[in-house]
Order: sequence, then C-alpha cells, then structure tokens
Amino acid sequence: MSVRYAMLALLSEGPKYGLQLREEFEARTGEVWPLNVGQVYQTLQRLERDGLVESDGTSDEGPQKGFRITADGEQELARWLRTPPDLSSPPRDELVMKVLVALYVPNTDLPAVIQAHRRYVVELMQQWTRIREDDAGDLNALLAIDAELFRLDSVVRWLDAAEARVNRAAGDGTPPWGDQASTRNQTRAPLPRHRREVRVRR
Amino acid sequence: MSMLELRGVSRSYGQGGAEVHALREVSLTADEGEMVAVMGPSGSGKSTLLTIAGTLEEPTSGEVLIAGQPISKVSRNAKARLRRRVIGYVFQDFNLLPGLTAAENVSLPLELDGLSARKARVPGLRGLERLGLDGRAGHYPDQLSGGERQRVAIARAMVGERRLLLADEPSGALDSANAQAVMRLLLDACKEGGMAAVVVTHDAQLASWADRVVFLRDGRVTDQTAVAPGPESLLTPERNQ
Repeated sequence: MSVRYAMLALLSEGPKYGLQLREEFEARTGEVWPLNVGQVYQTLQRLERDGLVESDGTSDEGPQKGFRITADGEQELARWLRTPPDLSSPPRDELVMKVLVALYVPNTDLPAVIQAHRRYVVELMQQWTRIREDDAGDLNALLAIDAELFRLDSVVRWLDAAEARVNRAAGDGTPPWGDQASTRNQTRAPLPRHRREVRVRR
Repeated sequence: MSMLELRGVSRSYGQGGAEVHALREVSLTADEGEMVAVMGPSGSGKSTLLTIAGTLEEPTSGEVLIAGQPISKVSRNAKARLRRRVIGYVFQDFNLLPGLTAAENVSLPLELDGLSARKARVPGLRGLERLGLDGRAGHYPDQLSGGERQRVAIARAMVGERRLLLADEPSGALDSANAQAVMRLLLDACKEGGMAAVVVTHDAQLASWADRVVFLRDGRVTDQTAVAPGPESLLTPERNQ
C-alpha cells in the first residue's frame, strides 16, 4: 500500500490534520497496515514539497497542522488509481526460494520443508479468519483481510502444487526440474551429476 | 469430552500386491464445541477417514469411539441409531433423494427416527431457513442450483440434536460469500451448541475456520496446526516497522 496515495485519497475528502490522517488511514485499512507518526509526517512533507498538498501555513509541525489536497494532487491521485501496479515480473519470494533451494540440498526431506511452510501459512489464515469474524461490520477491514486471506491461500495452493509436481517427478523418474526443456532442446548441456542424483524422501 | 476419537485407525483395500492403504494408523479427536479440519490432497484418505468416523465403513484395524463408546462393540441397530440421531454427515455429492422436496430431504432423518412427517417438517423448515433456503422448501433437488443442493445437504446433516457433524468439502459448490455463511453456521453450532465438527477439505480458506487443522498425506496424519495466538499478534504496529 502506498502511504503517499492513501494520504492523497484521505485529503480528497477535505482538509485534515496530521493525527487525523494517521487514525483514518489505520481505520480504512482495517488496522492491517498500522503506521507510525513519523511515516505520516515524512509523507506529508514530501507531498507538500511536490505541490500535491498544501498545509494551513502554521509553523506548528505537530498533530494539529492541517493539510489539504491541491488540484495537481487530485490529478495525480486520479492517475494513480487507474494505473495498474507493475506485476510483470515475479516478486522475489523468500518462501519460493527456500523450496527451490531445498530441491538441491542433499538429504533434505522436501515434503517436510513444504509442510513447515504450509502449516505456518494455514495458522496465519486461521488468525485472519477469526479477525474477519470479529470485524464483521467493517467493510474496509473485510476487504483488506479478504485480500490477505486470498494471498495466503495462493501460497498454500502453490505449496500443494509444488509438492504434487515433485512427487510426480520422483515417481516417474523425471528430475524435479523437468526434462521437457532438455528434450525440446537437445543441444542443452547435461545437468550436473549432483542435481540428477537428487531424490525426494517420502 | 471427545465426541469423536480415532485410535490408530487403518483401512486398506484389496490384497497382496494390489493392496492399497487408504489410512495408516490415524489417531484423531474432535471434542465437544471444537471444529477440526482435515486437510490433504486428493487421494490422501480424507473421505475414507470421514466414512469410518461416520460408521459408514469399518476400519481394517484400530478403534473408533463416538461419545466415548467404542463402535466395534455396538450392534448394527445401535450404529444406525447413532447415524440418525448423533452424527450428521454432509456428503461430497450431497446424496439428496431426488423424489423428495428440499424440506422432505432435510426432515427425513427425523422421520426415519420415528417422528411423524408433520412433526419432522417443523425442524426441517427451520433448518432450511437457517441456511437461507426458506423459499426453496417445496423444490426438488433437480430444481435447485448446486450451491442450494449443498446447503440442503448441510441442513439435513444438522437437523435434530446432532452432536457430531462430519462434512466432506462442505463448501465445494458454493461461492465465497455462501461458503463463509455455511462455515459461520457450522462454527456457531460448535461454539454455541456444543457440537463437534470434522470438516475434510483441500481448501485452506475453508480449513482456516477450524480450531485445529490436521494434515493428511498418503493416509497418515503428518502434522497439525498449533493453537493459534490471539489476533493482536497480527495487529501490533511493531510488526510493520
């Protein structure tokens, strides 16, 4: 979540004080993304520097300093809302990396590695599901928690798919990294011996 | 008290080289007021576990106890009575009787247990209402959508004073909102009515409603979730700094 644009969105409703912006940000995101005061003021200072918000001119830098959005700020906010975030390259995902690395570490019980991550993610999902039930009347919280649950659900699905793929590969003797590419491209160099020897312990 | 206890339950099919082990030494409990989810991929033994827990199938070895009573020691009639009165079962393919209306399907277990059709209809209609199906009472299964049929099956499994609910992918045919409504209903029945529930699923979102998630792989229980810490652990500002 971009705090910068969240601040602009909150100010698009009308002028607000710094402290008010922090409280409203947390309330609108269902307290899923808590903010500290420093982040709020640093963001507001940058927005003011860029001409996207203006302050009420008081020298007070405390919680009672007021801000309003400028015409440039409104334009920038409208542009941002319609601009899809860059999803074109996969994020560097530590969990994915660990599973990929586990494939090649000798004597690693890969299903156990996968299960450790699966259990942790399901435990997180149990917590979020309880929080969602407690916040049943708060639309902002429900949307934010749904998003988190779907994200975590996709992690579990990937772990399930990864385990199934590795099991299939182990069952039919295909190395986990797949031999389709090498059969398509016969000029490809053979895999290093230690990679071919990897076996999945079940 | 444990409403359901599986002690070292194994189930195999076939013999010799063709023998398939569907369950191996599975131990599992579901206490009153507790919802347990059993998560595993297709072929992991989830449905076999549920049919054995529901006394629809016998284990090859091990023991099943319902409300502390070993099932191997009860008569066939007593088992049938348990299935009519104590155990509610939601089948993956719903198992609704096509010649009966939704209301008749839901009240059927009560009728089989000796209640008159007129008396059984009252809790049947109440069950449909709880699942948002009061306008569908007179419809036959083939006049209902997949999601509606699933909710009728859930209403039937919960009708009467059931103390153990066994559900096989209970939200498989439901959209996200209806799946949540069904899980909320099951959880309320556990927390407020003291029912124990075992839900088998491959769906993590569904499993996340449970108090405890047990992981099944190749017929074995391989792991389970720990008791979850309170929600505050996810909502402290320090986490995000």
